[in-house]
Order: sequence, then structure tokens, then C-alpha cells
Amino acid sequence: MSDHRPDYYGRPVIKQPVWKAEIGWYFFSGGLGGAAATLALVSRLAGRRDLARRATLVSALALSASPPLLIKDLGRPKRFLYMFRVLRPTSPMSLGSWVLGAAGTAAGAAAGSDLLDVAPVAGETARAVAGLLGPAISTYTAVLISDTSVPAWHEARRDLPLVFAAGSAASAGAAVWLAAPAGERGPPRRLAIAGAAGELLAAHRMETALGELGEPYRRGRPGRYARAARRALAGGAALMTAGRRRPLLGRVGAGLILAGTVCERFAILRAGNLSADDPRYTVDPQRERIAGRVTS
Amino acid sequence: MPGLGASFGRGGATTFQQDLANSDCIVIMGSNAAECHPVGFQFVMEAREKGAEVIHIDPRYTRTSAMSTHFLRLRAGSDIALLGGVINHILQNGLEFREYVEHYTNASVIIDDRFLDTEDLDGLFSGWDPGERQYDTTSWSYEDMRVSASAGEREQGGTMGEQAGHGGQGAALSHGEPPHEDPALEHPRCVFQILKRHFSRYTPEMVEQLTGVPAAQVVWLAETLARNSGRERTSAFVYAVGWTQHTVGVQYIRSASIIQLLLGNVGRPGGGVMALRGHATIQGSTDIPTLYNILPGYIPMPHVHEDNSLERFLDVYSSYAGFWGRMPSYFISLLKAWWGEAATPENGYCFDRLPRISDDHSMYQIALGMREKTVKGLICAGQNPAVGSANAGLYRRAMADLDWLVVRDFVESETAAFWYDSQEIEDGDLRTEDIGTEVFFLPAAAQTEKSGSYTNTQRLVQWHHKAVEPRGDCRSELWFYYHLGRIIREKLSGSGEARDRGVLDLTWAYPTEGEIREPSAEAVLAEINGFGPDGRPIGAYTELKDDGSTSCGCWIYCGVYAGGQNMAARRKPWTEQPAAAPEWGWAWPANRRILYNRASADRHGKPWSERKRWVWWDADEGKWTGEDVPDFVVDMPPDYEPPDGARAEKALRGDKPFIMQGDGRGWLFAPSGLVDGPMPVHYEPDESPIENLLYGQRSNPVRQQLRRPRNPHNPAEGEQGADRFPYVLTTYRLTEHHTGGGMSRYVEHLAELQPALFCEVSPQLAAERGLANGGWATISTSRAEIEARVLVTNRMHPVTVDGRTLHQVGMPFHYGPRGFARGDTPNDLLAMVMDPNVHIQESKAATCTIRPGRRAARRQRRGPEPGAG
Amino acid sequence: MARFETESRPAGYDGAARERVGFFTDTSVCIGCKACEVACKEWNLLPEDGFVFTAESYDNTGALGSETWRHVAFIEQDVPLIQTAGDGDDGNPMRWLMSSDVCKHCTSAACLNVCPTGALFRTELGTVVVQDDICNGCGMCVPACPFGVIARRERDGDGRAWKCTLCYDRTKDGLTPACAAACPTESIQYGPLDELRGRAAQRLESVQQQGFAGARLYGEDPEDGVDGFGAFFLLLDEPQVYGLPPDPVDPTKRLGEMWGAAAAAGAALALGVAASLLGRRG
Repeated sequence: MSDHRPDYYGRPVIKQPVWKAEIGWYFFSGGLGGAAATLALVSRLAGRRDLARRATLVSALALSASPPLLIKDLGRPKRFLYMFRVLRPTSPMSLGSWVLGAAGTAAGAAAGSDLLDVAPVAGETARAVAGLLGPAISTYTAVLISDTSVPAWHEARRDLPLVFAAGSAASAGAAVWLAAPAGERGPPRRLAIAGAAGELLAAHRMETALGELGEPYRRGRPGRYARAARRALAGGAALMTAGRRRPLLGRVGAGLILAGTVCERFAILRAGNLSADDPRYTVDPQRERIAGRVTS
Repeated sequence: MPGLGASFGRGGATTFQQDLANSDCIVIMGSNAAECHPVGFQFVMEAREKGAEVIHIDPRYTRTSAMSTHFLRLRAGSDIALLGGVINHILQNGLEFREYVEHYTNASVIIDDRFLDTEDLDGLFSGWDPGERQYDTTSWSYEDMRVSASAGEREQGGTMGEQAGHGGQGAALSHGEPPHEDPALEHPRCVFQILKRHFSRYTPEMVEQLTGVPAAQVVWLAETLARNSGRERTSAFVYAVGWTQHTVGVQYIRSASIIQLLLGNVGRPGGGVMALRGHATIQGSTDIPTLYNILPGYIPMPHVHEDNSLERFLDVYSSYAGFWGRMPSYFISLLKAWWGEAATPENGYCFDRLPRISDDHSMYQIALGMREKTVKGLICAGQNPAVGSANAGLYRRAMADLDWLVVRDFVESETAAFWYDSQEIEDGDLRTEDIGTEVFFLPAAAQTEKSGSYTNTQRLVQWHHKAVEPRGDCRSELWFYYHLGRIIREKLSGSGEARDRGVLDLTWAYPTEGEIREPSAEAVLAEINGFGPDGRPIGAYTELKDDGSTSCGCWIYCGVYAGGQNMAARRKPWTEQPAAAPEWGWAWPANRRILYNRASADRHGKPWSERKRWVWWDADEGKWTGEDVPDFVVDMPPDYEPPDGARAEKALRGDKPFIMQGDGRGWLFAPSGLVDGPMPVHYEPDESPIENLLYGQRSNPVRQQLRRPRNPHNPAEGEQGADRFPYVLTTYRLTEHHTGGGMSRYVEHLAELQPALFCEVSPQLAAERGLANGGWATISTSRAEIEARVLVTNRMHPVTVDGRTLHQVGMPFHYGPRGFARGDTPNDLLAMVMDPNVHIQESKAATCTIRPGRRAARRQRRGPEPGAG
Repeated sequence: MARFETESRPAGYDGAARERVGFFTDTSVCIGCKACEVACKEWNLLPEDGFVFTAESYDNTGALGSETWRHVAFIEQDVPLIQTAGDGDDGNPMRWLMSSDVCKHCTSAACLNVCPTGALFRTELGTVVVQDDICNGCGMCVPACPFGVIARRERDGDGRAWKCTLCYDRTKDGLTPACAAACPTESIQYGPLDELRGRAAQRLESVQQQGFAGARLYGEDPEDGVDGFGAFFLLLDEPQVYGLPPDPVDPTKRLGEMWGAAAAAGAALALGVAASLLGRRG
């Protein structure tokens, strides 16, 4: 029956995500903020107060940049508080909004306590809260985009969280390295390099596992972002390794790692758009699935 | 309509749309019913679900074809050839419903021995006068039939049209019986044998050559129809303007009528000819006519004549037998309705006040009159001829020649705006400052803002109620004409001139309602229904008298207000009524839903079969009864033989169902009523890419051509320059738009569905001419050149005709430069060339050429590209 | 006050829940008239969607969206409508599929499940509706829908998501939805979903017996990826020919997987952060 054209005038089956560049930047800032909060907590627990304070400050700045980005991207920005009308467990955006709210507030409180030197107990509690929520902040966005019908995201649902987590680690490490005094640069440097390496590996694994659906990550604009990310991350990791002795190289490397994680976020975001736009990315896997059921 | 009138007696669909669900086989031809009658089409779907064959025959595969069980593709303009092929196959193979044909049709009647057929005269009938370009039809009569009425026909020439089609009343017969008959149907000059000989050359092979329909399919079609006809099964034909908009349009319908008479389908459930008329209340607009040549109820408009008396008029137009025998009562009651107290026996009931016609005053003649400045002013109400008229460019220019123009509409249509927004203005051919026409644009109320009636395609009169007051200055048609008349009468009051009595003596006292003084539509309906001698609403047209004691605005509507009840407003749901749903609205005549339904019973009054019972004779009760109002004298037994001297309906036998006809029979051969032949003939359209393979006479000899410099015709095949226009052009409708677009292109929700003019071409033609799907094309004829977007589709597959491949180009005609959905106007391409009986233009088959790209703009284009968003 | 919200019918209606209603769209009798599109727009006061000639058969609407909640698709094919032998066949077999698309009002509705504001909810009639006074246009529902139905209205600064309400304002009061009321051939049938499913099964049999090639039901199976559609179809070809997904799935059914992967990644992140403390200080 269907030697006929397997699509409707080449039109997409699903709707493209409506999210604009702000969301890409949010993935970056939120991920960075979350991982930095975790670094802050772990540092504090290891007794490295100064590092903890730097990391906390970085986290608070990154997390405070997040809500304005999200609000701007809303269709009705003035209604942003409606995110808190309900808590819907089936909605990663609902959970994420609550978690972001909590973590951002906590990080801000902790940073405030640090800077103003007041309410230390509250501040440490806040730091702990932010640090515990950090991994959630850094990975829930992967769940958010996986929980759609966008083929390049949904079919990558098992691998995307690790990409986001590694990228968060890399960017947090790079940012905190830039903010940290010389004596505190060890952990962030190691975190940045490990994160960059991890992101490269995780992204590669994801694209390979996707098979035909990995095409959007290699084509067009998302492909360009992805390739830029790879080069930046690899180069940045190398430079940061050398940067142990030569701070200038380290700075460039940190900058490259930051740029690389931004590029990877945009690669993922735009690959989603591209895969939504071409009906065969939706239809082909589904037809295979049906065929598989019939024969099994 | 005249096609049906000449065949059966009344110019209207013989059945109702719901009845199609009872059909075993439906042929939809010359109609795109699903597209243009989507709501009525549900009954065709019901039939299909019950297992009926639904056969769509069309030059294009349309939304109707998509719903049909079979689709046959034919060349636009070749329908009579195909139908003739079916008739031929039936007659050659004895497939007719013999008993029906013998008794209910004029098959046995012997025709005048001076009659000569197209077989004898290479495409002409006897009586052709090449100087006058018309037929003397006396040789077409029944043998020894009196010819006095034919004289009346002759003087009218091409003006008989609508009225003539409303019954063979022109034929004067004594006892309702034709003088000579052969019941065995063997006499060489009996209608049956004449018919057989006439169609003998329409063999399947010849039909294939003419139409592109394979010979095997022609046979299949005839066999399928025959198989689904007879006692136990019935077939229906459904047609619309795909048949009427041809120079032989009326004969198309005659062809289907002949098939249905031969197969015994007329007057039977699931049978008949369903004429699908398009506009809301267009049936009503010929019943209570806005046509120049008929009066309400299809009474002819009197013609200029030396003997201008009422007596002569009644003598000419009454028939001896059949219900037209009561013509005086219909006509005098009409005059009483119009002139009331002023109409007396002494003054011939004001007959002299009626205008007389002297010529063809139809729409295209008016257009030419505008150009020639013999027509100085025009009131154009609810019509958009700047888009809808054939050769619309000529019409737009003609409006610029008027002294004054009144346009009544609820949008500022292309007609209202012609003086500043048109193709001619855009191209610089006309300049606003040079146009002297004084234009009045009077806003009209919409149908929800006024009460009134619709008479739709199945003769059903339905009332609609005002829901809201019209806004601002918008007013209904009724308001406009009533107050216009009132003001004119006020200005004329006190005049002593005889010529003003016609207006001053009119009955004009309708009650008005509300702030805007809207006349009561129901009061008008009551006047149309008529009043008896006691001043009470009359119940049936049989109660009308010719002595001035009754009045009736339209005899066929008599009964719509019986007992003072607005029957048209009845709304009993179909679930609470029998099949014919008689208590929903009111159908003329006398609320009969299937016409000629006496034919659903055999000669003895018994249904042909249980499965197809509809109306039958109840001997115990002594009357006809059944599922419908019997279309017969209710207590006339089936074996009734008229005594000597019986008149009107009493002069017809009890076994003759077609009570409007002078002989009570369905006419296979039409001795009178049509100006272009007693039987259909395949003629080529006025513009055609092939010769007539059947006869030397190429096209309808009587067609109206109106050749003028601005109304040229493309060269015909064989003439010099014919290869400039090698493709067949056809125009049609889309569901999403309506007529000239005034009601749809200005409505966003409709306009966005079909936002731009497009042409439909086959992939083969697209390849041949370099046309791209979604691109632009320019289509041209000798009248004009227009541009359109291109839709390449296999639904426009070429046909093989006369051994060669013929391409067809199709376009929906609704577009003009205004509104949300815009485009060039396809009617600019067509010539004014018409059917001679009803002056309907040939919009369905012409020739053209096509090339890729936009029309060369002579000046700066206005606005963004249509259909570009 | 924030509420903890889940798919809330019938339990959440405290007995006010009514029999679930839906659509059965029988495309074998669709005549492509678009009365459904127009009736929907008129009733819901939807703006026009742009005057664009697409050259895609008779479909100038294109797809469902925030301004179009019924969309008639047209597909021209060179196969016959009815698979019969017989001299009635043209040498050029042809059929023209027509189908009125609409929101499926899924049993397991992705849009509803991912909506963070609670704007999308399930009515007492089992239908899925967006409350336009709550939606803040976050856009989560848009890519979540496996059918590409719901969309965000960008024009006039609106910013909210819109889709078919199954005429909630009519069905609440016992009226038929506008599209079903307008459809002249009863291609769009409205009623209790159970009854429609029964009718559809019979209709499929009848259509197959009449010889319509490729007839199938789409969305009637409660075991499918959205647990059965509230608005399901009889199609005459595979779904993707109409632009529909052949095997649609509510992505939220796999949330367990996704959160599991996130948890693992988060743990890896935490461990990685902890490990970074080991080694040189500076």
C-alpha cells in the first residue's frame, strides 16, 4: 500500500520547539551554577573555605542569571510566577522550576552570607541545600528536553543527562578556576579537564548510539556548533592542563572550555529543531518499531 | 429548466435530494455535487453506503469523483455524445422499460411527414432558415396536429425559453390524445423509430472518438444504468451548470431526460433527474422571476403583437389538455394580485398595463446595450457581473458607458468598485477621471438580517427568520424595492397620464415593521399564495378562478400559505415524519416532493414493485395515496377515459402521468418548446479544437453569438489561426468560494482556504509547456490574458479524442482583485456566446493557450502577490 | 496556593466526572468541504492563518496550529478507491484521500503531563483543555505532543499555547462540537467514546467489505503509546501518508528511564566533583 510518499508534502509531523537562544544560555548558566554549587559544598566539607566561597559566588551569579533568561523566553513573561501554581511530578519543567527556585535562593543566600559575613549557620545550610540540589539542576534540563517527541532528544534520553552533567562540571570547573586564587585552582582545574573529557566522550557515545537520528548533530547549524564544541573542549582541556604552570594558557583554556560547553548546548538545542523539522526522523524509527513488533 | 420542462412538463428538478438515498445507481454528470452541494451530497453517500453505484462523469477528477464508486473522464463539451451513446445502446439492445415507454411516453406518436432529421440533413433539422438563423418548427409537430400555437412561438423567436420549457402547452391537442399513434412502436415515423435512427451513429467507437471515454466504458455505463432500472430498481441523474452552461445546454438535459424516460425512472423513488441549482433561492428567482421573458409561475411575458388583447394572449398560451388548460385562472388571478381593485373584467384585468417585450432583453444583450448606450442605467442587486459575467472585461467597460449605476451588496464588490479598482484601471485602459458613470453603492442586509423565503433546488420553499437588525444603512431587497416603489408612486401621485396608471394602481399596501419600516415578508408570501372570493388565503391552484374573484401572485406557490399558516416555516424534524418529510417547509406544486409520481405505479395504479412503491391507487377509497402528495387529480381512476369536450386536466387519460403536458406523456421527442431541435444532437462547443465527427453542421446553428469587436471568438478547428488555442478551457467552482466571490473572498475564514486563483493542469501538459507546480502561468484567449498560480495534478489527465491527445486547462472562476482572496478573473477569457433557449453562457468549454510566467504587467502592480501570505 | 497535581480524572472530580466523550473521524466519507475548519474558527473566534497558496492539492491550511484546530488533508494517489475488477475502471486509477485532523485528546496526554503551570487539564468529560488565562507560554507542551497539534500563538503578542478544546463550552451544556455539527456527511462523529469505538469497529468491517483499499483504524487501541486516542480515525492508508505519526508515544511514559539516567549522571557529577578535591591544591 505505501509505496506512496511516506510523508505529507514533506511537512513536519511534530511541532518544533519554540525555545530561543535564551534557553541555550540557560542550559549553560544553570548547569554551571548547579555544578559550582556542588563544588562549593564539597570544598566546604573538605575544609577549603576560600574555594567554597568562590564557588558559591560563581554558583550564585550563574543561578541568578538563569531566571531572567527563562522568563524572557516565556510567551507571557509577566505570568512567570504561574510556574509555582502547581507542582506536577510528570513535568520536568515543573520540578525544575521548583528546584531552580530553591537552589538559586539557597546559593544566593549562601553567597550573601559569605559576602556580608552574617548568619553563618543559615549560610552554611543554604550552601548545603544548593550543593545537594546542584546535580539535579545540572541534569534535569536533559530530562526536560528528553521528555518531548523531538527525535534527536527523546531517542537520546539515556545519554543526554551525562552530556549535560559533564558539561556542567567542565564549565563550573573553568569558571571557578578563573575566579579562584592561585592556591585554590587545583580542584577546579581537574574538574574542568575531567568534565571536558567526559563531555567529549558522552557526546560521542550519544551520537553514535542514535544512528540515523544522530544526523542532526552533524548537519547544518547544529553540526557546526557541535564541531566547534569538540574543538574548543579538546583545546581547552589541553591548555588548562598546561595552564598549571602557565596561568595565561590556563585562562585561554578556561575560556575555551566555557565556549565549548556553550556550543555543545546550542548544538543540542538546534539539533532538536532540525530533527523536528524533517518528518522522516519521526516516521522512520516508528515504522521500524511497528515492523519489529509484527515480526516478533 | 426548459430541458426538463419540454420533456416532462415542469422546469424543475423532478425529485428531492433526500430521495437520492433510495437510488440504486446515481449518475452525476455536469455536476460536481460533493463540491457544490456538500450538504445535499450526504444523501448520495447514504446511497453509496447501501450499495448503490455512484458514477461521476467529468472532465476532471474532483471531490465528487473521490466519493464515487466509478469515475469516467470525458472531454468538456462532449456530454451529448456520451449520453447519445447510452441511448443508442439501450435502443439497439432492447434495454428500455417497455411497458413504461409504451404508455407513459410519446414513443408511439407519429410525427409529421415533413419532418427531417439530422441524419437526413447532415446535422440540421427540417425548417432551418439560414437568413433568420432560426428554425420554423412546424414540421416537428405530431402528424395532423393543429399549428395555431406554433405561430405564437415563431414570433417570439428566442424569447420562449423559460416558459416554453414549462410544459408542452404550445401543442394544441384534442382529447389530450395525439392524432396518430403506433402502439407497437414500429411505424417508421413514430417517435421510437425516429429516436432510434437519430442516435444510430452514436456507436461506442464513435463516442470514444468524440469524448475520450473508452468504448467498453460507454457500454458498461449503458448496461449499468439498464441493470439498475425497471420494476425493482431505479437510477437517478444529477446535473448542474456543467450541463447548462453550454450552447447546447438545454439539449444536454434533454438527453438525460430521454434516458430516464426510456428506462422508466421518472416519477419513481430513487429515480428522476435531480437538477442541482446553485445559488440560494435561484429556483425561486425563476418561479417568481427576475427574468425578462416570464411572469410568475412560468407564464410568458406578453410579446408585442398587433392583436394585444387578453383573449388572444390566453388563447395562444393555454393548452387544451393538461393543467395549462387552466391558464386563464392562473393569469387573471396574477393580475388581480398585482392591480387589485383596479383590475376589472372591463379593462381586461389591467392586462394592458403589463409591459411588452419585443426582443431578447437578457443579461448579455443588456451589456451590449450599455456599450451602445441604449441602456443608460443599471440596478445591480446581489450580483457581481464584473467577475461573474462571461467576457467580464467587456462588462466592466460597459459599466463605464452607463449614465448611472446602482449596486446593492454587502461588500464593495468588484462591480461596485469597477471605476477605481479593476484590471482596466490597473492597465491604464480606463481612467477613473474619464468614467462618467454616477455610481450609487447601497449597502444590503445579509440573510440573517431579514425574513423571507428560499426556494431551493428541489422546489422546496423554506422560510428564514430575521435574527438581528441590519446595521447602519444596510437594508433588505424587500425594503429597497418597496420603498423605491412607494417613493415613485408619491412622485407620480396626482398624475393624469395613462402610462402612470400601471404604477399607481398597483397593490402596494404591505404592513411595515420596526424603526426602519421593513415590509412584512409574510404579507408578501400571503399575496403570493393568493386569496379566495371570501378574502381568506386560498388552498390550492385548482381553486383559482378566471372571473377575477381570486388573486394569486404565483399559481405554483398556491398553497404555501393555506389556511393562513406559513407552510414554508414548518420545521417538523425528519425523524418524526414519513420519508418525504412533507411537514418540513413546502414544495411546489402542492407540496409534492417527487413530480410525476403517478408514474411510480403501473397503468392499473399498482406500484411497479413493493421495493419501489411511492404513490398508488386505492380502489376502496377511490383515490391516489402513498408516501407523497399524488401529482395527479386525486380521484381520477387509472382507467379514466376523457369524454368528448373534456378540457384541461380532465382531458387527460387516467394512465398519463405527465399532467402538465398537452398529451400527458413524457416527451422523448419534443415537438415544441425548444428552438434548437426536438431531439438532442452532438454539436461541438462554439470554440473547440476538433471538428464535429458526426455531422457537417459543426456547432448549434441557433446558438447566440453576439459577435462584436470586443467579443471575438477563437478560430475554430479548420479556420486560420486555430492552432493558437489548442487546449480546452473549462471553468468551475470550489466549495470554499461562492459565485462572483462577494460572499466568500471577503470573509477571512473562507478566503484563507483558497486564497489565490490557480489553474489545474496535468503533469503532461505541465511538461509540455514548462509549468511548475506552485509557479505562475498566463492563460489567454482572443478576449483576454490572465495569470494564475499553477496546480499540477493527475486529476487533469489528458483525453484521447479523434486519435490525438487533448489537454484541458481548468480554473475556478470566483476571483477578482478585491477582498482577502484575490486573483485575475477567469471570466475575462470567455466570450459571450449562449444557449438560444435560456441565454446561458458557455462557460464550460472553450479553447485557450497557456504559457509559464506572469502576465506582463503594463504598469506597476498593486499590492502584494495574491496567495503569498 | 500551589497544588500537587496529577492526571486527575475521574478521581479528582469527586463524582462530577461524566461519561468520556470524543470524536470518531471516518475519513472514508469525508468530502473535503472544510466546513469543519470554518465552523471551528467561527465558534472559537480564531483568527485567519495567513492567505498562502501552497500548491499542495487543495490544502492551503497546511497543518494544525494555534489558529487552526481542524485541518483537512488532501492526498492524491494513483490507486483506485475501491479494489474491484470491472469495465468501469479508467486506465488511470485514482483516488483522493481527504481527512479532517484534530487534537487527539489522548488518554495519556503528553501536553498535559508536561505542563508546569497547570494550564492544561483534563475536563470532567475526559477531554484535554488549555486554560488561556493561566498559560504563560513556556512552550513545553509544543514539542511534547507526538502529533504536533498544540502550538504557541506568536501573533499580536499573544504568547500562549492554543489547541482544540473539543468545544468544552458546548459539550459542557450537552451540545455537539461545532465541527461535528457542521459536517454534512457525518465524517466527524461525536459521542461517548465507548460507543464510538464500537461503531468504528463495525464501520471498519463494512468499509473493508465494500472493497476500500487500505482501510484501518488509527488510535482506537487503548494499548497504544498514548493509551488510546480520545479522537480517533478510520484511515485509508498508513498514518504517515496523512502526516500522522505511525506509532505515537507519550514521552512521559518513559520518565522513569529519564530520571534514572539523570540520577546516575548526577551521581557521577557529585563523585567527579568530590574526586576533584584530591590532588594538588593549586
